[in-house]
Amino acid sequence: MPRYLAGRVAQALLVLWAAYTVTFIILNVLPSDPITLQLSAGGADVSQLTAAQVHELKAHYGLDDPIVVQYFHHLWGALHLDFGMSLTQNVSVGSLITDKLPSTITLTAVAVVFMLVFGLAIAFLATYVQWRPARTLLARLPAVGVSLPQFFVGLLLIQVFSFSLTWLPATGTHGWKTLVLPAITLALPGAAMLAQLLTRSLNDTWREPYIVTARAKGLSRWTIQVRHALRNASLPALTLLGVLVGYTVVNAVVVETVFSRNGIGQLAQQAVLGQDVPVVQAIVLIAAGLFVVVNLIVDLLYSLLDPRVARAARAA
Amino acid sequence: MSAEAAVDSPAARPDSGPIVELSGLSVGYQQRGRTTLAVEDVNLTIAPGETVAVVGESGSGKTTTANAILGLLPSSGVITAGRIRIAGTDVTGASDRVLRAFRGNVVGLVPQDPMVGLNPTMRIGGQIAEVVRRRGVDKRLVNAEVIEALERAGVDQPVVRARQYPGALSGGLRQRVLIAIAIAGHPRLIVADEPTSALDVTVQRRILDHLGGLVAETGTSLLIITHDLGVAADRADRVVVMQRGRIVEQGEPAAILLRPQEPYTRHLIAAAPALSHAGGVVPCFTDVTPAPEVLRLDGIGKDFRLPRTASGERTFRALDDVSLSVRAGQTLGLVGESGSGKTTALRIAMGLEKPTQGRVHLDGVDITDAGWSELRPLRRRFQLVHQNPYSSLDPRFTVAQTIAEPLVSFRVGDRASRAARVRELLDQVALPAAFADRKPAELSGGQRQRVAIARSLALEPELVFLDEPVSALDVSVQEQILTLLLRLQQDLGVGYLFISHDLAVVAQLAHHVAVLRAGRIIESGPAADILTAPVEEHTRELLGAVPGQRFAAELAASAPPGTKR
Repeated sequence: MPRYLAGRVAQALLVLWAAYTVTFIILNVLPSDPITLQLSAGGADVSQLTAAQVHELKAHYGLDDPIVVQYFHHLWGALHLDFGMSLTQNVSVGSLITDKLPSTITLTAVAVVFMLVFGLAIAFLATYVQWRPARTLLARLPAVGVSLPQFFVGLLLIQVFSFSLTWLPATGTHGWKTLVLPAITLALPGAAMLAQLLTRSLNDTWREPYIVTARAKGLSRWTIQVRHALRNASLPALTLLGVLVGYTVVNAVVVETVFSRNGIGQLAQQAVLGQDVPVVQAIVLIAAGLFVVVNLIVDLLYSLLDPRVARAARAA
Repeated sequence: MSAEAAVDSPAARPDSGPIVELSGLSVGYQQRGRTTLAVEDVNLTIAPGETVAVVGESGSGKTTTANAILGLLPSSGVITAGRIRIAGTDVTGASDRVLRAFRGNVVGLVPQDPMVGLNPTMRIGGQIAEVVRRRGVDKRLVNAEVIEALERAGVDQPVVRARQYPGALSGGLRQRVLIAIAIAGHPRLIVADEPTSALDVTVQRRILDHLGGLVAETGTSLLIITHDLGVAADRADRVVVMQRGRIVEQGEPAAILLRPQEPYTRHLIAAAPALSHAGGVVPCFTDVTPAPEVLRLDGIGKDFRLPRTASGERTFRALDDVSLSVRAGQTLGLVGESGSGKTTALRIAMGLEKPTQGRVHLDGVDITDAGWSELRPLRRRFQLVHQNPYSSLDPRFTVAQTIAEPLVSFRVGDRASRAARVRELLDQVALPAAFADRKPAELSGGQRQRVAIARSLALEPELVFLDEPVSALDVSVQEQILTLLLRLQQDLGVGYLFISHDLAVVAQLAHHVAVLRAGRIIESGPAADILTAPVEEHTRELLGAVPGQRFAAELAASAPPGTKR
């Protein structure tokens, strides 16, 4: 098992490095001049400077080094969580990120919890309830959730709960009340997809011969569903979950815009529009990091839930 | 108390009355608004302590009957007529809630396929504990009872096993765990649905013996569902023969087997190898003419690497100095239990696996080191028939496409000549020409295996590898397939390497027999010698495991016939 874990962690680090390198290359072939950008952000123009001043600035930011040296310089910095200075705002990238990250992480975490709760509950009920109309309704419901675009759901929720009922605020970053609507918006498509897959998987599992064995023991439907069906059915859903959590992070950009939340999403949007290379680079690395961590957790959960995977992992 | 007496006194107290009473039971399956009857007008009672065997081919309704007793019919199944009583209580069409009271505690089930009958993500002990707890056993005693159940089911190292997951256990052990689950509920009746059909004959015998011993010890009743009249005759107090959903005949084994009233029963008797030959395994070929060698394995050894441990690299010797030869137009039967190395030998003979040592010769040519591309033209000359016809045919191919595929991949003939060849092959395996356009899902197991045989013959090979070709089929269908194989060999002069765990089946086809055990050939020679005068103890054990022999032997020993065991 330690061997397996070490292999997985090494793989994760490799993915992170690849993500960093690819973004570095892409961002550096963009036809733009960082100095010009930075000056225009400060309201100045590059033509006002002498060649010597431009050269001095370039030296200051390390932009006159060969690209390979720049790459290793930045990589070394990134390893120490130092992403350099923002080009458009006169602060370090690190402080920008630490300023915005908590609100985005909270939003994503709450959204993932909602996603799990909604997805599981609908799938559980859709396969547990025996009254046919309810079963059919619950089984069809996720299709609606999947097909609604996120910005539309967000606006709809604002319309109903903020403007008509005035229960929850439409915008803002502070307090739990501001979190509810964006989290639901963010969780909905993922919850629907999870519910669809899990419903199907649970229905398949109920047809397995070992469920007949369990029924022949005289166990109740509840016990069979909870102890025998759910664990086996959740295995295929687990892979999807890893992907869904990743998308939730990405979709946070859209949702933060809709609800005017101050977070990484907004920062990313601004950084991309302003071609603020170090900020974009840092955000890409954080997103990749989250993806990698989530998938690592999913892999480990797999071996926890399925003894067959655990055995294979021990043997490896 | 005999079964007849139980029928006469239905008003008896629940404790002494029949445990299960089916009267005029009809069960149907609903599909697209139509109901197809699977069981019709079945009357069956099982008295305390009685062992009843329901025998019939697949589709005869025997499993549906068993499921109906426990209320475990699939959602499309409905009881259309008749009544089911368990321990005196009418449970016809009762809800899950009512039936639950009977499941496990009154009627226990040993399901059909041990490989899929256990929850793969739950420890063995936990799966048995569920049943123990249902009896209201004190929490502190549950674990002890779990170990006891495993012990009584004949599981070695019960304490270790209880902590293992099903994946770590062999098929035979899993079946014993399923038996432990059934007995842990202390039921009054155990329903065993084809409990051993998926297992080797020797394992099958040990498990059935064990189950028989357990029920005799505790006075539990046993309902065995089987397609093998030999299994039924060896163990039951009463045999019930079912055909197309109806009971056609029932009575004591001796009466049924010696004076069968129905042609269907006679057909089943003829199909059980040991029963049809009065207890003996009789070789089909006693006089073997010499013939040239087609395939020869010379001193083959095969090592597999095992997962690394702290002590370093380990290997497992799957085959050790195995030599055998298949002769033109004749059959070599390779016999052994699962894990004896049969499949590895087959894979090496086909060039799918390279031996660690030894040589493989095809028609005198050494093909041991031949690569994929060198071997490919040779593949025309040897073909394979798989064990399971349910998974060896592409479900999207029609029968004609399946049979013509080898011709297509070797670019033999054109469209018209291939179609003609398919018709010819269908005729050879005794399938109507109209089957050419059908898909595998529309065929029965026996018909599928005929298609697989036709496919293997398409390229006119000299040698066909038969990997347990009848193990997945009903006994009566086995008989038909074996007869077909025999006829094809006579007509086409093809050689067979026939792999099986069942000596009774091998006897019907083989000219030569080789017995494999733990990777070594322990005995080989002409079928007549090995089957009638085996030298090795293991061969005798394999011979003794053939179902139906015990009954035949008892019959021979106790004249006049008709007495119960």
